[in-house]
Amino acid sequence: MEKRLFIKGNEALCRGAIKAGCRYYFGYPITPQNDIPEFFAKHLPQVEGCFIQAESEIASINMLLGAAAAGARAMTSSSSPGISLMQEGISYMAGSELPGVIVNIMRSGPGLGGISASQGDYFQATRGGGHGDYRTIVLAPHSVQEMHDLAFLAFDLADKYRNPVIILADAVLGQMQENMVERDLLPMSLPTKDWILTGASRRKPRLIKSLYLKEGEMEQHNWKLFAKYQQMKKEEVRLESHLIEDAELIIVAFGTAARVSKSAIRIARTAGMKVGLLRPITLFPFPEEALAKIAQAGKKFLTVEMNTGQMVEDVRLAVGRQGEVFFYGHPPGSPPVPEEIWEEIKKVY
Amino acid sequence: MKQVFRRPASLLDVPFHFCAGCHHGLIHRLVAEAIDHFELREKTIGVAGVGCAVFIYEYFAIDVLEAPHGRAPAVATGLKRALPERIIFTYQGDGDLASIGMSEIMHTANRGENITVIFVNNTVYGMTGGQMAPTTLLGQETTTSPYGRDLQQAGYPFRMAELIASLGGTSYSARVAVHNAAHVLKAKKIVRQAFEMQIKGKGFSFVEFLSACPTNWGMRPPQALARIENELIPFFPLGIFKEPRE
Repeated sequence: MEKRLFIKGNEALCRGAIKAGCRYYFGYPITPQNDIPEFFAKHLPQVEGCFIQAESEIASINMLLGAAAAGARAMTSSSSPGISLMQEGISYMAGSELPGVIVNIMRSGPGLGGISASQGDYFQATRGGGHGDYRTIVLAPHSVQEMHDLAFLAFDLADKYRNPVIILADAVLGQMQENMVERDLLPMSLPTKDWILTGASRRKPRLIKSLYLKEGEMEQHNWKLFAKYQQMKKEEVRLESHLIEDAELIIVAFGTAARVSKSAIRIARTAGMKVGLLRPITLFPFPEEALAKIAQAGKKFLTVEMNTGQMVEDVRLAVGRQGEVFFYGHPPGSPPVPEEIWEEIKKVY
Repeated sequence: MKQVFRRPASLLDVPFHFCAGCHHGLIHRLVAEAIDHFELREKTIGVAGVGCAVFIYEYFAIDVLEAPHGRAPAVATGLKRALPERIIFTYQGDGDLASIGMSEIMHTANRGENITVIFVNNTVYGMTGGQMAPTTLLGQETTTSPYGRDLQQAGYPFRMAELIASLGGTSYSARVAVHNAAHVLKAKKIVRQAFEMQIKGKGFSFVEFLSACPTNWGMRPPQALARIENELIPFFPLGIFKEPRE
């Protein structure tokens, strides 16, 4: 059944999560994501779910860890400073191979920063973020529709890999209202969770941990996690190609920056310039192969980000010496406007 | 012949690795006996703190989840909310619970989470090699208070059982010792009562053990037992500080 809705990104995300079977939410207030805990506080009791306003983001992520160990679909959300506090717990979840969804409605930083939209947490999200050698799957929506659909997908991916999944959005995506279609989404077929803790009834006791002290165990565990990340790279890359086929210049941007870039591309196309957009939807795994392929055809790249240059490093790694990579950064305070990106297109085209 | 004493079914048949004179093994046994008493082995999940406490998973014949340092009460909260019919306990040392995890323990108790917390207070960071803990006594020498814990510099030790007892969500809070047989028997009863609170859905229950750490106290085990009697109990009085009014 399809339903047209005109709602905020944060609400769309919550509806996608509930649709995915999320029944546990733990969170702590921080702007600009407060619509998320407020939504769950109101709606989870109606579906026999559980909402807890935790005492801190540190407690939130650890409640999530506990609920995940019990096999529940659970999530937390926050904004940049709160996500920093969660990094310890995310690292433990990755080490203990526990699924869970963590939403970061990015605001500006460093420090207390401000509440305006930012993409300053790209490195933190895509490099693991906490201590140790691990990765999280990172999904980057660019519309209210995707806030909903990717939230739904995130729970399946978390369970598939027994790994935390980050949804990396920002204040604009969380706060803006636009049309979306709520429709039935197809869940993945996933194996039974035969590892969860439920009490050792008529089976051997189970243990979920990230401590490995015996000779060789730690190394083996790290290689096991690595194999999972390799599988993600093989199976989970998602991207949008927009007007790529004939393009001479490819803009690489995600989230809000991609949204604004699309408007700039419309201006460029009207002026006869062949500009396209490659929009990573998964930031980890990053669409490196798609970029490398385009680079071989001798195209130029312009990376647009709402920071002073983070994803551009991944673009350069993917492109190598095959193509020229330019960068346009608009650090937070206000979102970029299409005209400033259009100016940049003219410079590098 | 009637068998009157055996290893609890909730403990695995493996030797403890703890140092000579350490009370962890004894406390493990008391917790396992309480679980056995209520026939809860198959529905109990333990949450391990960080430090010597983490090794409960080596010894208990139950499901165990390892928590980040200090976060066991928050982890237990998530677990209990998802599995309200299961029995959940945390097992934490003094650095874990009363220092880095002070926020989690206070809020979990105050929410009245229906879990049981076993708190092992040996006045020192054990696994990391004997540093000053939040429960280190004034004047006590540790590797990070080499001149003795100084009031001006490091403040007072926390009395956790009393602090927890002051919170609305707490149903039961007690402090016990296990340095002689009489106290072990009292402790056994109290641990049982704490789990009973959870079984009856009364809310948060808390048992603090005064525990010996001869290795990091620089003492022989008998001296360590005497220290509990002569130095710890005068500052950390034993007893039940809160229980439901019948």
